[in-house]
Amino acid sequence: MPEPAFFVVMLAKIAVVFGLMLLSVAYLTWLERKIISDFQVRLGPMRVGPHGLLQPIADGIKLMFKEDIIPQAADRTIYVLAPTLALIPAFISFAVIPFGDRVRLFGQSIDMVISDVNIGLLYVFGVASLGVYGIVLGGWASNNKYALLGGLRSAAQMISYELSMGLSVVGVLMLSESLSLVRIVGAQSQTWFILLQPIGFLIFLICAIAETNRAPFDLPEAETELVAGFHVEYSSMKFAMYFMAEYANMITVAALATTLFLGGWRGPFLPPVVWFLAKLYLVIFLFIWIRATLPRFRYDQLMRFGWKVLLPLALANIVITAAFVALR
Amino acid sequence: MEWLLFVPLAMLALATAALVILLRNPIYCALALVGTFFALSGLYLLLQAEFVAVVQVIIYAGAIMVLFLFVIMLLDVGHEPPPWLRQDRPRLLLGLGLVALLVLELAVAFGSWIAPGIRGPYTSDYVNAVGNTQLIGRLLFTEFLIPFEITSIILLIAIVGAMVLARRQ
Repeated sequence: MPEPAFFVVMLAKIAVVFGLMLLSVAYLTWLERKIISDFQVRLGPMRVGPHGLLQPIADGIKLMFKEDIIPQAADRTIYVLAPTLALIPAFISFAVIPFGDRVRLFGQSIDMVISDVNIGLLYVFGVASLGVYGIVLGGWASNNKYALLGGLRSAAQMISYELSMGLSVVGVLMLSESLSLVRIVGAQSQTWFILLQPIGFLIFLICAIAETNRAPFDLPEAETELVAGFHVEYSSMKFAMYFMAEYANMITVAALATTLFLGGWRGPFLPPVVWFLAKLYLVIFLFIWIRATLPRFRYDQLMRFGWKVLLPLALANIVITAAFVALR
Repeated sequence: MEWLLFVPLAMLALATAALVILLRNPIYCALALVGTFFALSGLYLLLQAEFVAVVQVIIYAGAIMVLFLFVIMLLDVGHEPPPWLRQDRPRLLLGLGLVALLVLELAVAFGSWIAPGIRGPYTSDYVNAVGNTQLIGRLLFTEFLIPFEITSIILLIAIVGAMVLARRQ
């Protein structure tokens, strides 16, 4: 491909993915509220637009025009920087996730992934591990005890569960023999890895929920004990950025689960992109379902579960997979 | 072309490294160090060492520095006066002596009369042909097996030691 065309295609892909991601983030809030209302036998947002469909836009406008309060004793630089630090990693990890097969357009073959890096999976984990800065720094810079405790809790939780999450995908690596997400999807042309790695998938899913700070692992923002956690002092667009980061993270881990265990964009009859989105939203629905069903963990339970159950289980999974790969 | 990326990254690495010791708030120092790690990671990418670049970010920026921040926040370390205002002549002299030694060492190690002569079997063409991650994995489990295992045992000992010390209190 000639170089100018390459850049045009690249920019177009980035723009489309980024736009869709922003739109999904906005409408995920609507989807989550609607699904949870269904679970709780109520209607959810109904007033703004048909079935509340314009609610995310109304919410966005409201957040943008709210007063932006910065506490007097806050560390201003970091207080302003922290929400951005949470938002950026949430968005850029999508860059290596393949969302469709190679297509031919205007005589060029275009990969349906922004960038196929040969260490794609490590890149995702590297970026994900940076998300914790936004939360821990936001909590510290607010100069508020509740916020600090929420931030520290979140840091401890994310570090603990990141470990098991990283180990849970080692089985997938051994089976696909590549860190490139495009190749991992390619390796699932016969069987999806969820069938070969059921334990790995389960551990990954649990860690994904903990990583995104969602119920039942939403301790960093436990309202009943921490007021609201690391973002108590945040208002207006800065609060909205934390919110967007949380939902963008949810989309990213769901996309990762789809890519690693559910065969990515593969599937019969329908176009690949449709399959990818269908699986993605299935995983997201599962997240929402779990939030509507389960009560919150206690902090010591959370830590014990992460270190004494998930970590040994993930290690055992690696040993068993390695034995099978070696004997095959 | 490489210079276009190398010079800014190198400058960033040096500037953030200087900030680590010049800034007064420990949290800012820690964040400056994270910046240094990122610049170094960029330099590794320029050397086509993608694996090392990403692992650098995962381990140093993603795990170790978060723990540093943790400790700084929990201990609530106060602001320190800038080092050039401190009246501590012996330490100053010791520091300057160490810097001189380091510069000398670097000059010996990377002097133009040594560096161009080093040619190992692992040229970037060879590494790209085998694959970055694959090559590191293979070397760790063949040529460097013993150092690798010794390192893991040392780490294990450190973990057990930390547990023992924590239990005692």
